[in-house]
Amino acid sequence: MRMSTFILKRLSYTIFVLFGLSILIFVIARVLPGDPARLALGPRAPEWAIQNLRQQLHLNEPLYIQYFYWVRDAASGSLGESLVTRRDVLTDVQEFLPATLELITLSALLVVALAIPIGMVAGRRANSWFDNVVRVLSYVGVAVPAFVVAIIFLLVFGFMLHIAPSIGRISPNIVAPPTVTGFLTIDSLISGNMAALFDALVHLILPALALALGPIAQEARITRSSVVENLNKDYILSTVSHGVPERLLTLKYLLRPSLIPTVSVMGLDISSLIANAFLVELIYNWPGISRYGINAMLRKDLNAIVAVVMIAGIIFAIANIVVDLIVAYLDPRIRFVEKAA
Amino acid sequence: MSRRGPDYGKSWHKFSKNYLSQVGLGVVALVAFVAIFAPYIAPYPSHAGFFVDYPEAHESPNWVHIFGTDQFGRDVLSRIMFGFRYSLMMAVVVLSLVVPLGVVLGLVAGYYRGGKVEMIIMRGADIFLAVPPLVLALSICSVLTPSVFNAMMAVSLMWWPWYTRLVYSISSSLRNEPFVQAAEIAGASPFHIIFREILPNCLGPILTKVTLDAGWVILIGASLSFVGLGAQPPIPDLGTMVSDGANFLPEQWWVSLFPALTIVLIILGFNLLGDGVRDLFAAETV
Amino acid sequence: MAEQLLEVKDLQVNFKVYEGLLRVLKGVFLNVGAKEKVGIIGESGCGKTTTMKAIMRILAANAIVAGGTIAYRGSDVLQLGMQDLMRLRRTSMSMIFQDPTAALNPVFKVGEQLEDIVRYSEFTSDAPTKQEVRAKAVELLKSAALPEPERILDSYPFQLSGGMRQRVCIAMSLASAKDLLIADEPGTSLDVTIEDQIMRELKQIVEERGLSVILISHSIGAVKGFVTKLYVMYAGTMVEEAPTGELFSNPVHPYTQNLLKAVPKLTGGGVPEGIAGRIPSYITIADGCRFASRCRSAKERCRTDGPPAFDIGNGHRVACFHYGDI
Repeated sequence: MRMSTFILKRLSYTIFVLFGLSILIFVIARVLPGDPARLALGPRAPEWAIQNLRQQLHLNEPLYIQYFYWVRDAASGSLGESLVTRRDVLTDVQEFLPATLELITLSALLVVALAIPIGMVAGRRANSWFDNVVRVLSYVGVAVPAFVVAIIFLLVFGFMLHIAPSIGRISPNIVAPPTVTGFLTIDSLISGNMAALFDALVHLILPALALALGPIAQEARITRSSVVENLNKDYILSTVSHGVPERLLTLKYLLRPSLIPTVSVMGLDISSLIANAFLVELIYNWPGISRYGINAMLRKDLNAIVAVVMIAGIIFAIANIVVDLIVAYLDPRIRFVEKAA
Repeated sequence: MSRRGPDYGKSWHKFSKNYLSQVGLGVVALVAFVAIFAPYIAPYPSHAGFFVDYPEAHESPNWVHIFGTDQFGRDVLSRIMFGFRYSLMMAVVVLSLVVPLGVVLGLVAGYYRGGKVEMIIMRGADIFLAVPPLVLALSICSVLTPSVFNAMMAVSLMWWPWYTRLVYSISSSLRNEPFVQAAEIAGASPFHIIFREILPNCLGPILTKVTLDAGWVILIGASLSFVGLGAQPPIPDLGTMVSDGANFLPEQWWVSLFPALTIVLIILGFNLLGDGVRDLFAAETV
Repeated sequence: MAEQLLEVKDLQVNFKVYEGLLRVLKGVFLNVGAKEKVGIIGESGCGKTTTMKAIMRILAANAIVAGGTIAYRGSDVLQLGMQDLMRLRRTSMSMIFQDPTAALNPVFKVGEQLEDIVRYSEFTSDAPTKQEVRAKAVELLKSAALPEPERILDSYPFQLSGGMRQRVCIAMSLASAKDLLIADEPGTSLDVTIEDQIMRELKQIVEERGLSVILISHSIGAVKGFVTKLYVMYAGTMVEEAPTGELFSNPVHPYTQNLLKAVPKLTGGGVPEGIAGRIPSYITIADGCRFASRCRSAKERCRTDGPPAFDIGNGHRVACFHYGDI
């Protein structure tokens, strides 16, 4: 089928799922806490204040009416007021989201840039010392949670070796570039501020690596075993037997089929990047949406919680679509099988 | 293709040849043993709860306190041992709830392919899976009062779709296999077909996933407590210990590091064991 | 006698596996002359494909060539340096794999795979243009009896039928084989009628281009009309070699005799009998003649020493102690 049909189908389904998610999280935020108004104002609030807030938040109306109000507000650009920051959650999101996006993007890039070559080389040289080291390390790497890695990094690099700074996105003595995208790295590039670019990267590298290590281990393993399996396939043997040069064989005919399982797993790995960001941002005091979310959760800031969950869902959904597109590009059988079905 | 469950004698023999899985089994057995008998084998069982002994506080690892003490003077090793109880309890409770529910839903959805039932179940599963698991668990915990029990409920609420999806994919592909259709023609009830024909073929992947999941559920539980939305102090949950101890990095590194390392150990153990379980079932289908 | 194109002598190949050492090929011999068509028959698992892979040096990573020589136009393939080996693969010989579906990379268009082969095989001296490569690819597809070559070049393997995939594989092999074509059970995975068609097309192509062929089959009927010389393989050893007619009229090795008797004939003769026993495991295989355990006329000698090939005239050789002694 055409790529555009494929995208359209996925997109419409995704929107449906996101709607379902919004209902789910809305129900969670309204039904479970008992009385959100009471929660918001605290245990010492007078009864009249609570009733007032209940009126204001439409809490006395049936659930589906409340949901309707929420959707209407969201459509007109308001995500409700944050109990913590006292401003529209949307403003908070605009302030904090870029930092997290930058972090996750860099992590994802690290995963792709490191896991695939490592996996390919290990697979090509199966059972060599390199391969054995990779296999052991990647096995352990999958088992070490991101927050443990984050803490160990802090210990080793931040304190023991004094290599990388541990707090925030940029050193206090560096002038931040004017905000265009919110990505410090890109903004620095745009304004030509190389010092800021370098500084931002230095701050980014530890949390990004902490997030990326688990997925790198996972993807390297998958790539490696995929390569080993494909090396014995007849189509590779056939290509070799026709005398196709080594480099063309590896980088083209071996790489593409081997990447398919790897990229398929990328979706799940991005899920873990998003989830672990919540913990890693906390550890590194990274001013991103995840840290904001954790704070909201600890303070029971319901509007913020709902917004953060929806954002996580949206990012995940977009990532999944992108991953599916890449897999469909790599493996033409998927595009055509869908058509037949 | 129909199999009536694995041959246990042969399975054990095969399993015992797999060195790494044995290690995994050993680790898991050790953790379980420690968890069950913690009150009897921990050097300082009273430290597991509310306990203060300031003169002993912040002692680095030594022969009296093998893993050192924390800021209240509590023995870290003992607390870790008690922490295993909460970890294992989380795994057992969550999986006991989630697996039966998720599996049954998946079986039903796969059997009634193409119908409304399938649509409702699988779309529902998709909605729960729309966000990363930890995020949903965090948000559920955040609107409830933080406690171990609520954490378990929250994790259960968002873990079931994985099993539904897994079983659905197997069950729906088996749906049209000749042996299922033969059973239908013979007049077998859907109940019989689902549980006696289809389910045995799912056992391998399910058992593998359960074993691996034990580690991941424990990790999510630790993550929830790490953030403060799970077990509350003074409960010696592994995640809580890591986050408490993080305040004292880097000088008193042992308070945070040892609980963190045991988390890694637990996950590794279940991963190794799970791989062994997977190989066990994979080799059968030759 | 004309110089042999390919001379395999005493080939021994082992495989290292978890359980131990698989001693698959022992004492394998094979001679192919220029423009000669040679066939190898034998049961599944008897080492036919392994021998071919050894000749092309595409054995798996855990394979060990423990002995023997493979002389191609005089030089030992096993000792060739990488550059010479590449040249050999690109221009001299090529192999058509058993399953055409598995032999084509599923995620690349047929045209891309074929053109990459053509680029390195047909244009050895100067760098060709894209059009030249494509034209050559089209030409090859045509000579493999494929209609609409342009459309096929733009297709993926899974979009083609089994027969078309097989012909594509033949086309690829024609690109990189000027002397020797190895066909490993072509048509096994296809309908019998298509298989028949492919075999006839192949015969025509081979004769037009004056290629030597090694045809592997476990179907005796398929080889009968195709090859002039036949080899019989059993459990990793060559047991008999003879011109086709001679082999069918005068099978000498006990295994060959039983094998030919086991083929059902439409012309009567009753129900064929199988051969008692099974192929021995390559790990625990004993020294000596590998057929000894199933041979009704096995002697003491047969169990201890592996019989070399004895010449019994008419270009007929047999590896059996009943026909010679050292």
